[in-house]
Amino acid sequence: MTTLPAAAPARKATSGAQQKLLAFASLIVLLIFFSVASPNFLQTSNILAILQATSVNGVLAIAATLVIITGGIDLSVGTLMTFCAVMAGVILTNAGMPLPLGVIGAIAIGVICGTISGVLIAKMKIPPFIATLGMMLILKGLSLVISGTKPIYFNDTPGFSEISTGSLIGQVFPSVPVPNGVLILFVLALVIGYVLNRTVLGRYCFALGSNEEAVRLSGVNTDAWKIAIYALAGGICGIAGLIIASRLNSAQPALGLGYELDAIAAVVIGGTSLAGGRGSILGTMIGALIMAVLLNGLRIMSVAQEWQTVVTGGIIIAAVYADMLRRRRAAS
Amino acid sequence: MTDLVRLTGIEKRFPGVHALRQAQFDLRAGEVHALMGENGAGKSTLMKVLSGIYQPDGGRIEVSGQTVTVPGPRAAQTLGIGIIHQELALMNDLTVAQNIFIGREPRRSFGRLDEARLNADAAAIFAQMKVTIDPRAEVHSLSVAKQQMVEIAKALSFNSRILIMDEPTAALNEAETNELFAIIRRLKSEGVGVVYISHKMDEIRRISDRVTVMRDGAYVGTVQAADTPIETIISMMVGRDLETLPVEIPDLGAAPVALEVRGLRRGRAIRDVSFAVKRGEILGFAGLMGAGRTEVARAIFGADPREGGDIIVHGRPVMVRSPRDAVAAGIGYLSEDRKHFGLALGLDVRANVAMTSLARFRNAIGVLNEAALEATARRYIAQLAIRTPSDRQEVRLLSGGNQQKIVIAKWLLRDCDILIFDEPTRGIDVGAKAEIYRLMQGLAAEGKAIIVISSELPEVLRLSHRIAVMCEGRLTGILPGGPGTSQEEIMRLATVRQGAVEEAIA
Repeated sequence: MTTLPAAAPARKATSGAQQKLLAFASLIVLLIFFSVASPNFLQTSNILAILQATSVNGVLAIAATLVIITGGIDLSVGTLMTFCAVMAGVILTNAGMPLPLGVIGAIAIGVICGTISGVLIAKMKIPPFIATLGMMLILKGLSLVISGTKPIYFNDTPGFSEISTGSLIGQVFPSVPVPNGVLILFVLALVIGYVLNRTVLGRYCFALGSNEEAVRLSGVNTDAWKIAIYALAGGICGIAGLIIASRLNSAQPALGLGYELDAIAAVVIGGTSLAGGRGSILGTMIGALIMAVLLNGLRIMSVAQEWQTVVTGGIIIAAVYADMLRRRRAAS
Repeated sequence: MTDLVRLTGIEKRFPGVHALRQAQFDLRAGEVHALMGENGAGKSTLMKVLSGIYQPDGGRIEVSGQTVTVPGPRAAQTLGIGIIHQELALMNDLTVAQNIFIGREPRRSFGRLDEARLNADAAAIFAQMKVTIDPRAEVHSLSVAKQQMVEIAKALSFNSRILIMDEPTAALNEAETNELFAIIRRLKSEGVGVVYISHKMDEIRRISDRVTVMRDGAYVGTVQAADTPIETIISMMVGRDLETLPVEIPDLGAAPVALEVRGLRRGRAIRDVSFAVKRGEILGFAGLMGAGRTEVARAIFGADPREGGDIIVHGRPVMVRSPRDAVAAGIGYLSEDRKHFGLALGLDVRANVAMTSLARFRNAIGVLNEAALEATARRYIAQLAIRTPSDRQEVRLLSGGNQQKIVIAKWLLRDCDILIFDEPTRGIDVGAKAEIYRLMQGLAAEGKAIIVISSELPEVLRLSHRIAVMCEGRLTGILPGGPGTSQEEIMRLATVRQGAVEEAIA
């Protein structure tokens, strides 16, 4: 028996860990199923396409995970992503600023909007669902107003499309041209996973979701931390905005609605509790991958797109019900 | 030697309640000072003032001779004041060590946590307390007793010299209580001052040095625990100035039994409770908070599952598995929390009165007969003297007393002839209280069987024809109502602690 902290997981094989395991097993089963069903599925190009398709939803789901672990919810991640993309277009195309300013600007806008959500929730005590629903609509409207409802193209900014579609990895290993968007997703997942488990901010995410009043009574400035968490989530949405704008080489102001639900779905499938207090970035990544694999696999098998949506809905319900069952059994 | 703590002239008002009136308290180093009083006497409020959770409206707080203000929990920690709340304030999903150091995590650069030091520091505190708890265990995996130890460790982790414990043994068994007391004695010998809030008389004698009694938010007196008889403390708690009108007890010798409960059981909450109520009788249930009175009521009503026990209504055993079954048997339950469980506040009087009887007012396709609803609502408004501008008035706009009458109307309309009132006058002003009492007495005179659960002894004495007293899930006695029974007698039964013996056997 080792005395390292790593020895702990065996003992605390909690509901969250089991859910992660189940989600991971489901992902493997899906992969096996589709690779048997279709010879095209396991082609490198198809795997890269799945990862590429995961990148935007995955990044948004990471943002949503942070907020959901605190016991909150963020419905504005999708339209905030679009708003950040539009603002990048304003900075780069309309104002003709250099590329780094556009990147920093988009992320900064995300942080500012996240801070506003945080203040609405922590200081003005508006329930997260309502506050972020309001923000969702405000940001959607603003995106349309600022862009004049027309897409903003990045043709004048060479290198912008490289953010997502270029491949740093491909330059080193030409046989696996992993797009940068996917690279960003995995680096972000590692960073936020570290933040969540090894830093004060992460600790307060779990603590707030577990028992906010107890945290407050312990003398912690809960409002400030909550605002910080929403701000961080906002900044991550800014990154998602850059990825999607770069992939489309344009900011599409009408896009964004519906993305928040996909992100929440990935979080839930990955075993993060909507009640707060438990969850993980690894689970969320698996959840996002399950969704992307499913859509891709069904498409390869020529299942109509309408049915893909139906299946995703079924999986969400099944994932949460499996979690509830286990928790009830653990409680009794 | 100066006192660790001296509170003088503390005032605290909440909307509609004068919670603390010139309250005072002092604590010396190395003593356990018990703070006692009936429910709502202001003990917890006073300690929340001392620990920075509430801000006093007046008075002085001195810590080690210095006048201080305690603007928040963090300030209390800095002053060396630790509080262990009645409801444990832990984060269940976090580990023991993470809980202890919440807000004061050992950090490295960039906000990174030093998890190794966190666990080591927690282990050091447990070593000092001489208890074995794994700092890396998640809190929800621990027993309540162990969670209590975590709370104590948390309080000690910022070198508290003043430790406030609000009913720390409420959920502990005898062995766990002994373990807790051993820790308290150790802390005491190290010069920590402990404020000990509890209802349990025997514990007070075992652990405390001095006892301060509060009543109605005010200071009553301080006595030495060792040489003060329990009776003296009880009479300090209940006071003698509360006037109680003599209750008229009808002769119910020939009246048939309406409700009989035999051997009702559920875990530690309800332990083998049996009693009977006759038609026309008002049976009071007295006891301290957590004695199990509400639990008994909810079990009879089918709101909570029960592990055993028979419910016999008008001589026939009935299967009560849900509130629906209970209502069908004619049992109505008026919750202590009217606003949550008794009324739809946003709806009008008419809708609320008919709430449980809507089936009676609808036609074949489910459309409601508004004329009949109105007539019924008006009938009860007149019968119960509900003061409302009309039957269309929203219930939330009515006073507490009138809201309570609407709940009563609801159950009367449903033909309930066994009514269980849980804290019927909570949040109701004095004038309306008397009216609710008259109404309940009137219902009894009509032949309804009435059970009244109340934490206010004067209320129990004023209403009850007989008084059942509970303590720790057990019915400890049934006393006759009327002037022959004193508050002291009830309090004695309410603090009989038999649990220890039987737990040792079990």
